[in-house]
Parts: sequence; C-alpha cells; structure tokens
Amino acid sequence: MSEIMNLTILGGVNKEGVDEPIRSVEISRGEIVGIVGPTGSGKSTLIDDIEQLAQGDTPTGRTILVNGEKPAANIRVDPRKKLVAQLSQNMHFLADMTVEEFLQMHARSRGKDESLVSRVIELANTLTGEPIAPHHHLTALSGGQSRSLMTADIAVISDSPVVLIDEVENAGIKKQEALQLLAGEGKIVVVVTHDPVLALMSSRRIVIRNGGMVDIITTSQEEQDVCCKISEVDNWLMSLRETIRRGDIVEQVA
Amino acid sequence: MKLVVLAGTPGSGKTSVLLHTIKALMRNEKRPAVVKVDCLWTDDDQRFKRLDIPVHVGLARDMCPDHFTIYNTEEMLRWAEAEGADVLLSETAGLCLRCAPYPDECLAVCVIDVTTGPNTPLKVGPLLTTADIVVMTKGDLVSQAEREVFRERVLEVNPGCNIVEANGLTGKGAFELAELIRSGPDAVDNMLLRYNPPLAICSLCTGETRVARKHHMGVLRNLDGFMEYKGE
Repeated sequence: MSEIMNLTILGGVNKEGVDEPIRSVEISRGEIVGIVGPTGSGKSTLIDDIEQLAQGDTPTGRTILVNGEKPAANIRVDPRKKLVAQLSQNMHFLADMTVEEFLQMHARSRGKDESLVSRVIELANTLTGEPIAPHHHLTALSGGQSRSLMTADIAVISDSPVVLIDEVENAGIKKQEALQLLAGEGKIVVVVTHDPVLALMSSRRIVIRNGGMVDIITTSQEEQDVCCKISEVDNWLMSLRETIRRGDIVEQVA
Repeated sequence: MKLVVLAGTPGSGKTSVLLHTIKALMRNEKRPAVVKVDCLWTDDDQRFKRLDIPVHVGLARDMCPDHFTIYNTEEMLRWAEAEGADVLLSETAGLCLRCAPYPDECLAVCVIDVTTGPNTPLKVGPLLTTADIVVMTKGDLVSQAEREVFRERVLEVNPGCNIVEANGLTGKGAFELAELIRSGPDAVDNMLLRYNPPLAICSLCTGETRVARKHHMGVLRNLDGFMEYKGE
C-alpha cells in the first residue's frame, strides 16, 4: 500500500457522452492537485471515480491506474486494503453512538488498533474551537467538529496513500492546518475547492466543465506569490474570527 | 432464464438502482424483464417502461407481499420467458423483515440505505443475512468512515455477501451489479426458500379485529416469552 508512487486518470466522456478533452492525468506521490469548476460541473464525480478506482465501469467511463497498472479487484472494495481516504462534502453523522464507540468500530473496519481513538480525538481538537470528548454523541457534533473529527480520522485511522478532499473550506475549521495534516508525508492529495488559498496551494489544477476534464493549469510563480498574499489576509481574517469568538474587541487594521 | 430477487427496506432506492442496472445489462446485450410487486399502489412500472422492456406489476393487497412473490414465482418466470427475456428481475416490497423472499437458485439482492445508521443491519434479519449481494445506497450522504462502519456491520451479519456501493441518482454501482447478475445462477424447477416463513398465520391474518385475548388463535407468544398453541 505504501509503495504507491502515482495515480493515472484516463479520460472518459462528459455529460453529453463526448470524449473529454484531457485524456490522461498522472499524479505523483507528494503532490497536491486541485479540481476546479462551476457548481454541478462534475468535480465530485471525478473524486468518486478516483475513490472507487473506476475501471471504465462508472457513468463517466474513466479508468484509474495505480503505478500505471489496473489495481486488483479486492483493493477496490475491502476497507482494510483501501488506497483512498475521502473527506466528503457531507459530514453530518447519522450513527447514533458516541464518538469513542464510532472510532473504535471504524478502526476495527480498517483493521487498525483501537488505541488510535484517543489520538484521533486529540488531533481533531487542534482543528476546532469547541473541544470534542469521547463520550459526546456523534449526532450532536457541530459541522466544524464533525469535519475536524473526520480530518483527524483520515490522518490517523484511514491513513491511506491517496487522500481526496471535497470542499474542506465550508465548515469553519483551520483549513491550511487541515490540508497539511491530511497531506502528511508523501501522499497523493486531490482537493476539490473554490477557495483561492487551497486552489493555489496545489501544484496543478484540473478544470472541469460539463462533466469533463477540459484543462490542466500548472500553478505559476505569480500565482504562488498571490497565494502567499491571500494566505496572510486569510490568517488575519481567522485571527479576527478568534478575537470575536473570545468576546474581545477588534482594535486595529493590521 | 436467470432470476434476480431484489428486496430491501422501503425507500432504500431499489427501483432507482434497478433502473441503472437494467441499462447496464442492456448495454451488455442482456434482455431483462421486470416484475414489480408492491402492496397497495405503485407507479414504478411507468419508470421501467421508459426503458422499453417488458414490465409486469403485481399488487399483493390483502396478501403478504413476500408470500405473494413466492406464490407467483413460476408464473413470473413463464411470463418473462414468453416475453423473450433472459433475466427476470423481481422487485418485491418485503415489509415485516421476518422472512426473506429468496429462492435458493436465484441471485438474492438486498438493498439497504446507509443513512438509516449502522445498527440497521442488525435489525433487518434474513432479508439481509441470506442475500448474495448487499447493495448499500445513499453513501454520498455520509462520511467514508460511516460507510465503512456500516459495511463492517453488514459483514458481521452476512460474512459471505458481496457488497456493492450504489447510488440511485448517479448510477454508481450499476455496472458492478449488472456484472454480478450476468454471472448469476439460472432458475430451476423445484426451488427451495432460503429461510422459513413465520411460524403460522395468526388470527389477524384471517381478519380478526377484536383485541381481547380470547378471540385469538394459533401459535401465540406471551409477553413473558411463553409460547402456546390455541385452537382446534
């Protein structure tokens, strides 16, 4: 599992059934790739294709290769062998159990040790303002807490070589920290985002239109400079948010 | 003739998954026919007819829908054969979760909705535990972790099943399910049910509406668990 070096997306068809212009994208270990495009254009569908390691057997007809080859069938379905961890858009929990019980069950389903549970909660609490306790009920967690918990779960329990992130910015968690945590060391990270900081943090971004991959943009030096500037603005906004959360008064323009 | 019996909890997305699967089967040059069994009402036949395949509706009305399905299985197979089909997809509205409508020589598919929570697989009973394929739907509405926990729970009660993660909106999983159907068994005469039906019909089944205990007959279970037979 850890020997995965690259992932190849072979193009399929767009929503009209016409071949998508980009026929092949290769993503290497350690790389963060963005997926951008209008709402409803098919960004999540591309993430889904990667998640299930599509072999021309999804509606898009795309094929995903691992190290240039077709992955074995059991890798596609068995969570213990899964190459892909996904942080999805939908984050509200429906399971009526405590945080601890849920994480223990998830560790079991991934064939991992249940002692990892406290590590997950600890890490989640570095990403969210409101602390999560093991005895909290999953269904009562806030959006930010749920997302923090799942981010930490992916970093510790799922710990797969490929990480897919769908719209992480929407839940009021520390997104850059979250991305760094998820990227870990030498992972392949694919992130769907409208957020300029996250989009420009990636080395390349795939542009989706009408269900098809239409372009790949390499982040230029100018864009990287822009990214640094907006990160500063973003951090400033974040600190203002914290100030207001604490109930303090905002005093000056930075 | 292949027989596929598709059952599942209400609202789990049986019909939507089936619609995508039928398209995938037809792309592989299979000729499917559908029988939709429901209790009181359905308009699902209209959805199936749009795919230009033979469709038959059965309304069980006063009869248990699973009993209705089993009782009519031979007739369904004869009908599908006459229609020139090579796969009969029988979608049933099994409701009480006490029995399962699966004969032994068929592909038994149970559709179950992930959003009902990871305790549901423990509650569904033989409908889930005797299925060959368990189709998990609506996985896009929960986190990957919750899907994996759900999957673990399904395997706890049915360790040998094939699990297909499907989405009735996007068609995810349909190709996989069609492939499993293509390699499924052929229906034979004298099939046997995989799981026994309930112990006996009760007085309510025969139309008794009076609540008082003295009016009830059959194999009866008391609140304390004691079971007795009352009647002729």
